[in-house]
Amino acid sequence: MKITLETVEYVAGLARLNLSEKEKEIMSSQMGDILDYMDKLNSIDTIGVPPLEHVEHMTNIFREDVVKDSFDREQILANAPDKDAGAFRVPKIVE
Amino acid sequence: MDLRKLTIKTTAKALREKEISAVELTENFIKRIENVDSKIDSFVLVCREKAISDAKVAQIHLDNDEGNVLTGIPMAVKDNMCTKGITTTCSSHMLENFTPSYSSTAVENLQNDGAVLLGKLNLDEFAMGGSTESSYIKKTKNPWGLKRVPGGSSGGSAAAVASGQAIFSLGSDTGGSIRQPASFCGVVGLKPTYGTVSRYGLVAFASSLDQIGPITKTVEDSAIVLNSISGKDQLDATSVNSGVGDYTEGISGGVKGMRIGIPKQYLAEGVAPGVSENVKLAIREYEKMGAVCEETSLELADYAIAAYYIISSAEASSNLARYDGIKYGYRSSNFKNLIELYKNTRSEAFGAEVKRRIMLGTYVLSSGYYDAYYKKALQIRTLIKDEFDGLFNKFDCILGPTAPTTAYNIGEMADDPLQMYLGDVFTVSVNIAGLPAISIPCGLDEIGLPVGMQLIGKAFGEKTILRAAYAYEQEHPFALAPEVTA
Repeated sequence: MKITLETVEYVAGLARLNLSEKEKEIMSSQMGDILDYMDKLNSIDTIGVPPLEHVEHMTNIFREDVVKDSFDREQILANAPDKDAGAFRVPKIVE
Repeated sequence: MDLRKLTIKTTAKALREKEISAVELTENFIKRIENVDSKIDSFVLVCREKAISDAKVAQIHLDNDEGNVLTGIPMAVKDNMCTKGITTTCSSHMLENFTPSYSSTAVENLQNDGAVLLGKLNLDEFAMGGSTESSYIKKTKNPWGLKRVPGGSSGGSAAAVASGQAIFSLGSDTGGSIRQPASFCGVVGLKPTYGTVSRYGLVAFASSLDQIGPITKTVEDSAIVLNSISGKDQLDATSVNSGVGDYTEGISGGVKGMRIGIPKQYLAEGVAPGVSENVKLAIREYEKMGAVCEETSLELADYAIAAYYIISSAEASSNLARYDGIKYGYRSSNFKNLIELYKNTRSEAFGAEVKRRIMLGTYVLSSGYYDAYYKKALQIRTLIKDEFDGLFNKFDCILGPTAPTTAYNIGEMADDPLQMYLGDVFTVSVNIAGLPAISIPCGLDEIGLPVGMQLIGKAFGEKTILRAAYAYEQEHPFALAPEVTA
């Protein structure tokens, strides 16, 4: 399958990645090869087969709603690249 | 004292009998790391002071006849498990300076049992890879040949144990990342049934496939570590109490009458002769010990890799969306608005393999391709699980090689990701079906590199595969890796 540079750019946008021209070219050829390989799955008939998202049969589990201590603000902010007044700092998003 | 030979079992005895103190033992290991790890490059961080102070606490417990078999035992863990107050890098530029405010449950359980954390071990960036070459920090070498890869992604975990720099380690396994490096480095690696070990504090790669497990020198040590790390955890809703009890119990029961299935696809073309010959010898050994070995078939074996790379990349693209340069981790200094901040942060701090998986995952989940790839892979997942379920009606365990080759040269696969993915052919289906599997050493190939054999069990059938692995190991104990000279 051919993965065009336009497709690479579109997917990179969805994934919030900037790729250099060289990266785009490598990505286009490698993704093409890998997706070609994945096409082998089409030789198996899966009509009516339910998809398995998770191996466990999960049922809802209730627990008591107990109030517990959580992390304190300073701990949570300790790894933030930018912070101010006890909050994460981000670029202005509303003009 | 040759640290390479120490097992949990023998060391625990030496500590109880006061042949050595926990502090001396930890100091010896730190000295060894300082002497040999410049050659192996398995550690990304050594916690010198903390290890010594933890060893002192362990010694108090030992002196009071408290604690258990893990008290005072030096260990190391893969650097994708959070350790409170100790940087957890995932071997990525993204998390290079990330210091968690909590510890992963598995690590905490071991520390509560008195195991002493020596440091954090190298991995492929975010555990994506099979050679530890995609680490942002360093390339780990195989103790059996320093020009060779240790396997991956838990390459640091396997290399550290094989070179006697820790008595045991923890790895994580999403598609073979414990078993394949264990195979390449000649040690024992166990991937437990999905849900057996809490994933709380394990940096997520593919949440429906990831499991933490032990890398050890012996099968019994593997069971000992599993006893400590397994169990229901309120902090991981997918963790379960398997109700299996003590994993060491019955381990020496032997394999008389055990039914072992050998899928013919596991010894077909494409498996290196040095690997298939040793695995065939092991099969004969099992027959001698009274097991009933029979050829069988896993028709879908050949489709597992494609399904795996679709599912794991899809989950990874979603899980890694959290790295946005805001809450923690790297942030680009080059941005004019929020979207640029996201894009430049992620582009500057993720390596090539991580970007490739995010791109693949985003593609297979994107509108128009979701049904063709992602849903299709989940349907194949159902069929793979059903096929295994069918085999376990007939067999107690499934045997084959862990990997189609032994350790290859550093750089050999660097430009061909697909070729590297194909090396996961025998391991990924186990994660897809959520089963337990163990890799144990079974001889050396023609150039003296370790071969690994994999035993796969049914869900929560750890005790069966441990018993089978233990029986083989009694006849063929682990071989020491060549000494590394500094």
